Amino acid sequence: MSETLTLAKAVNAALSDALEGDDRVLLMGEDIGKLGGVFRVTDGLQARFGPQRVIDSPLAESAIIGTAIGMSYRGFRVVAEIQFDGFIYPAFDQIVAQVAKLRYRSRGRVAMPLTIRVPYGGAIGSVEHHSESPESYFAHTAGLRVVTASTPQEAYSTLRAAIASDDPVLFFEPKGKYYSKGEVDRSIVRDLETANVVASGRDVTIAAYGPTVETALRAAIAAADEGIEVEVIDLRAISPLDVDTVVASVRRTGRLVVTHEAPAESSVSSELIASVAERAFPFLEAAPERVTGYDSPYPPSAVEHDYLPSLDRLLDAVDRTLGRRNSRTGLDDPSALAPATTGAAR
Amino acid sequence: MSIIVPAPHPELAVGLDSPLTVLDLDGTRIANELLDPHLTDIDESALTTLYVDMVRVRRLDTEAFALTRQGHLVLWPPLLGQEAAQVGPARALAPQDWVFGSYREHGFALLRGADMAEFARIWKAFAHGGWDPHEIRMAPSQIIIGAQTLHGTGYAMAAKMDGADEVALTTFGDGATSEGDVNEALVWASAFQAPVVFLCQNNQYAISEPVAVQSGVPLALRPTGFGIPSLRVDGNDVLAMHAAARIAFDRARSGGGPTFIEAVTYRRGPHTTTDDPKRYRDEAEMEAWIAKDPIDRVERALTRMGANMEAVRAEAKIRADQLAKEFRAAAEHAEPPTADAIFDHVYAQPTKRLERQRLEHRAFLASIEGDR
Repeated sequence: MSETLTLAKAVNAALSDALEGDDRVLLMGEDIGKLGGVFRVTDGLQARFGPQRVIDSPLAESAIIGTAIGMSYRGFRVVAEIQFDGFIYPAFDQIVAQVAKLRYRSRGRVAMPLTIRVPYGGAIGSVEHHSESPESYFAHTAGLRVVTASTPQEAYSTLRAAIASDDPVLFFEPKGKYYSKGEVDRSIVRDLETANVVASGRDVTIAAYGPTVETALRAAIAAADEGIEVEVIDLRAISPLDVDTVVASVRRTGRLVVTHEAPAESSVSSELIASVAERAFPFLEAAPERVTGYDSPYPPSAVEHDYLPSLDRLLDAVDRTLGRRNSRTGLDDPSALAPATTGAAR
Repeated sequence: MSIIVPAPHPELAVGLDSPLTVLDLDGTRIANELLDPHLTDIDESALTTLYVDMVRVRRLDTEAFALTRQGHLVLWPPLLGQEAAQVGPARALAPQDWVFGSYREHGFALLRGADMAEFARIWKAFAHGGWDPHEIRMAPSQIIIGAQTLHGTGYAMAAKMDGADEVALTTFGDGATSEGDVNEALVWASAFQAPVVFLCQNNQYAISEPVAVQSGVPLALRPTGFGIPSLRVDGNDVLAMHAAARIAFDRARSGGGPTFIEAVTYRRGPHTTTDDPKRYRDEAEMEAWIAKDPIDRVERALTRMGANMEAVRAEAKIRADQLAKEFRAAAEHAEPPTADAIFDHVYAQPTKRLERQRLEHRAFLASIEGDR
């Protein structure tokens, strides 16, 4: 049985069902109670489950995670909300040095079944610190699982899996897609490490996650008009990455484009392309390409459409892997794209 | 009796002018109307127990220091001089309570019942953690300064939600009071009236920096700004520390919320075995603190009470030597972990990626077998 829900409502449904199903589950975060969250994702949950289980916390991110750790020692499964991607950094030590390592440090004796929800990503026309994609910082840390969702169904099922997991999970919610609707079947169970092939094709593989999956699917449709078959993989998990599924696809297509909103340097695309090079090098027909945010801070949102992966930039990358005419045609000498001088700052 | 009346600071803090003391340096009892009601059951036998505890803790500490110098341990953060600041509160804990401490809490670890063989492994760099936290109800020792205060506060919030008769004690040093986490923990403990006790062992130095670098006011004044009552106590007086901890634990247990205790003490050793205190402190100031030695003071008190000190000392020595022997054997003969331990317990549900690396490393080791 399925219902039509927005992605935000699907997250709400997952939280509600988790609270209903296990009395050790509790929610904690800034403005999540009475207000229902700044995106209304937790709307109605405090009224239904009470202020003891849906806790409006003081405004201190490190303490949200740090006290959730203490609660984990008592067997609670805390779902902590960090209000915006750009606000997670004060909690960095507690996540990276504490949550991630307590199982290892105690040789399996201390469990940290914590879920950290992070609305992330851009395209919402907001001001600074409200549109970032910080997932790679956490993917780099052993002991954490890092996952995303691309649809309401994925949001529901992946969040339920995250809350049920005995490992700590960072759940990155594509806030630009909060109000996209989709069918949700609450009985569908998902894991935390398998990628989904969401469109099949023989020519080029596009690996995407979170908000870029929809763009990749649109690229597949557009490419089909020109007789190009694009296979689209929703990675779902950022750490650990499901390299097997991507390798299997690239062995058939020989071409890979990776896309995400986060900057390219030391990112999910860096890791994925390196892994594919290690394991499928002889099958590659062209150099892998990536379409990502640029290696700048997140820009003023007036120009975010130039920063974010777009349909046209994706199609351009597809053309590059196929050796078709593209934006860099005639610029094949890499030095042609290098600045003439590096002296003066601009 | 209502001792601590919530009111704007500094009325919330007790002992700002002079740390609370009940044992004079010569072992005589000093009357203290705040602490005395919490010491009525401390007879010669109870004081002897505290004495033996402190002698054992000191013996463990000196043995470990020597083992490090002899190359059997890689590092040791000594607690010499801080025995009373740990033994007094540790003996006031109930079995169901939890401790969230730093890396210098050997007294707490010993009295909570940490397995010495496992404990030694931390300081041999054979393991990151040295006891079963759920068994002895003490979180793994914490190296990131102040981080554990949030864990203790969260545990206390959870205990309160469960209606459990449990208190969390979180302990840290003077340097930690500058950390954001400690200040956030005070905010949360106050906001949620969590049954948590903050024990600041002010040993005067954060590695080389004297406490004046951390604070222009007594540390015990700080929590009052958060609405948390505070006790500034002579940290070298085991009875004063025991009584202060009882006050704080009773308060937490009866729904009165958090309390802060500043134990004014002194780290007579280096920060760790790699430190050189001669570079930053005048050895002369040590004399005053040796005169305040927490163990000597209790010896004098016991003598005044008519205890057979020769017998008490002999008994304490036997138990301390036994502990030292056990710890030395563990340190000298511990089995090192295998390379496979790198990959264990990273995740509850092992990942394909890491298991693959485990197998790759095993294959590599097999390939060079005999070569090294």
